[in-house]
Amino acid sequence: MATMSMIQALRSAMDVMLERDENVVIFGEDVGYFGGVFRCTEGLQQKYGKSRVFDAPISESGIVGAAIGMGAYGLRPVVEIQFADYVYPAIDQIVSEAARLRYRSAGEFIAPLTIRMPCGGGIYGGQTHSQSPEAFFTHVCGLRTVMPSNPYDAKGLLIASIECNDPVIFLEPKRLYNGPFDGHHDRPVTPWSKHPKGEVPEGHYTVPLDSAAVHRPGTQLTALTYGTMVHVAECAAIESGIDAEIIDLRSLWPLDLDTVVASVKKTGRCVVVHEATRTSGFGAELAALVQEHCFYHLEAPIVRVTGWDTPYPHAQEWDYFPGPQRVAEGFRRALEG
Amino acid sequence: MSASAPLAPLRLHVPEPTGRPGQHTDFSYLHVSPAGSVRRPPIDTPPYDTSDLAFALVRVLDDEGNAVGPWVPELTPDELRFGLRTMLKTRIFDARMLIAQRQKKLSFYMQCLGEEAIAVAHALALEPDDMTFPTYRQQGLLMARGAPLVDIMCQLFSNERDPMKGRQLPVLYSFRKYGFFSISGNLATQYPQAVGWAMASAIKGDTKIASGWIGDGSTAESDFHAALIFAHVYRAPVILNVVNNQWAISTFEAIAGGEGTTFAARGIGAGIASLRVDGNDFLAVYAASRWAAERARGNFGPTLIEWVTYRAGAHSTSDDPTKYRPADDWEHFPLGDPIARLKQHLIKRGEWSEERHAALQQELEAEIAAAQKEAERYGTLADGQVHSAADMFTDVYETMPAHLVRQRQELGV
Repeated sequence: MATMSMIQALRSAMDVMLERDENVVIFGEDVGYFGGVFRCTEGLQQKYGKSRVFDAPISESGIVGAAIGMGAYGLRPVVEIQFADYVYPAIDQIVSEAARLRYRSAGEFIAPLTIRMPCGGGIYGGQTHSQSPEAFFTHVCGLRTVMPSNPYDAKGLLIASIECNDPVIFLEPKRLYNGPFDGHHDRPVTPWSKHPKGEVPEGHYTVPLDSAAVHRPGTQLTALTYGTMVHVAECAAIESGIDAEIIDLRSLWPLDLDTVVASVKKTGRCVVVHEATRTSGFGAELAALVQEHCFYHLEAPIVRVTGWDTPYPHAQEWDYFPGPQRVAEGFRRALEG
Repeated sequence: MSASAPLAPLRLHVPEPTGRPGQHTDFSYLHVSPAGSVRRPPIDTPPYDTSDLAFALVRVLDDEGNAVGPWVPELTPDELRFGLRTMLKTRIFDARMLIAQRQKKLSFYMQCLGEEAIAVAHALALEPDDMTFPTYRQQGLLMARGAPLVDIMCQLFSNERDPMKGRQLPVLYSFRKYGFFSISGNLATQYPQAVGWAMASAIKGDTKIASGWIGDGSTAESDFHAALIFAHVYRAPVILNVVNNQWAISTFEAIAGGEGTTFAARGIGAGIASLRVDGNDFLAVYAASRWAAERARGNFGPTLIEWVTYRAGAHSTSDDPTKYRPADDWEHFPLGDPIARLKQHLIKRGEWSEERHAALQQELEAEIAAAQKEAERYGTLADGQVHSAADMFTDVYETMPAHLVRQRQELGV
């Protein structure tokens, strides 16, 4: 067992898969010689050569389109979109092609690709380096959408994604790359080396793509969340003294509905927490599912704590970000309701 | 400019075709080179050395049916007869399927009338393991590569033997066995995919090449440019085909950016060897395809080929071209009919005759009628003999997730 940051864990996952499967290739903007703007692929080109790990032109539709062709050939491409905010030029390739290829060809061709992209704010990235576009992808049939909240899951989920024969959107909360950020931006972040989830096996293991984790058991309410907000919700529970059960969804879609339903039935109250904008966000789907499956167990309306329905601002970042105080207020509303 | 001189108002230029209904099209905009007049460089020539070829027009067959010039390919009379047969088969097949569509046996159809030489001759220049990434007008690839007519028709009829299980519009085939990639209804997306497939062959150190397809209209999509960049950067073993049939539904090729330039010229700017070729000249299509295939397989990189042709029929069964272009346009198109031209050439060489042609026509009509009869035994869209609704839920993912199991149960299938 080693201690790894999320960056190191992601790199380790790609290293393991490049070593194990000669069909794995990695490409994207700046990922080759330089090792990526967040250093996730550092050293991999040197270790595996330029035909396995290489730089791509600034063309997201070209990157994903080429990856689909490679997947059809029999490779397992892992591509990096430098920021999730940059993925939109590739939407046609992702939505109309990768997600549909197996279906429309009745299984003759598949798109076993993993599309990695850093998401979320908290780094003063402004509206073009801070978005959480997960709901665009959970809406698309044929895609798997994954977002880890810690190094252990990041490595296990990434290996599972690379081995998966379905296309996977792999969202990496960049604010968690170096530590479990709890939303207190004015305090230093604890490094992953001091967190139990920073303990990561060096070799191969997977975290299944359809299982949520009970991040913190609790009795008073269920917080459904993922990514950075797992740690923010935990902080809100500690600081408010509210015994929230925090479910880390890990795989957004397909969703581990059983874990969600069991928790809400137990606590009778539900708060949905995400950093993305609220309207038609993934939280809306979660609220609908909880209503459909747990209505007679609910003792209060479902509460949503999310980013505002505005572009992610630059200077007002911390007024936008749903920090521990806003999450705790949401918890209180769910208890009062 | 003096301060007092009034400026003329700016004007927006919106290109127009030279002919509209009731007029004659002036096809001089095509700049047709005489047959045999365009040079043939070696296959390892640097991309910039093909600049002149992107503006000329490679042609082999002259107006009298003679094969002339440096691009005359080495094809045996048997191979040429196979080409003629396959083009004719494609044309008769299209005609039958148009009738079947009128009879509501299929919901929709797209013919390739007048463009048969491009896909058929191109297929003959490839190896069986090479992958094609076609659009909806390259059924000639399937015909040339020997895909069974009944299988093709079952897809068109959306019947119980439809290999696509009724999920795709007619014509949007997928035939992996015949090196024919799943067709998307979204245009241009398959172009970077073809490049990626070719890159994969190079990554693995194999010898297979890819052949990507696009129409003049969709070269305006950003995926076209992405594909060219990737093909050039990684020197991908791919042939990038642009079928310029002058019309994208009702939109003339000048609206796609063809006015005063060529689509082949796009390749030159991207650093890709580029050819502009008479797409209705079977021999020229074969020769140029062969040149590009050898270049790709020799690790010399991609080739972009603009095939100049004319969409003689409607865009699809949902289109009426007499509303936007002269009804008799094809009769005046300077590059003629690809079947008539190859037939003339073979007759001139003493390798074919009107009698043999008539017999072949009869034979193919019987073959296609028999195939249709068999395909209809498995149903058509009209009789509802289609795949079950339960098939709607499979293949979304490799294994069916719980939410789809629940939805299938909700539908009660």
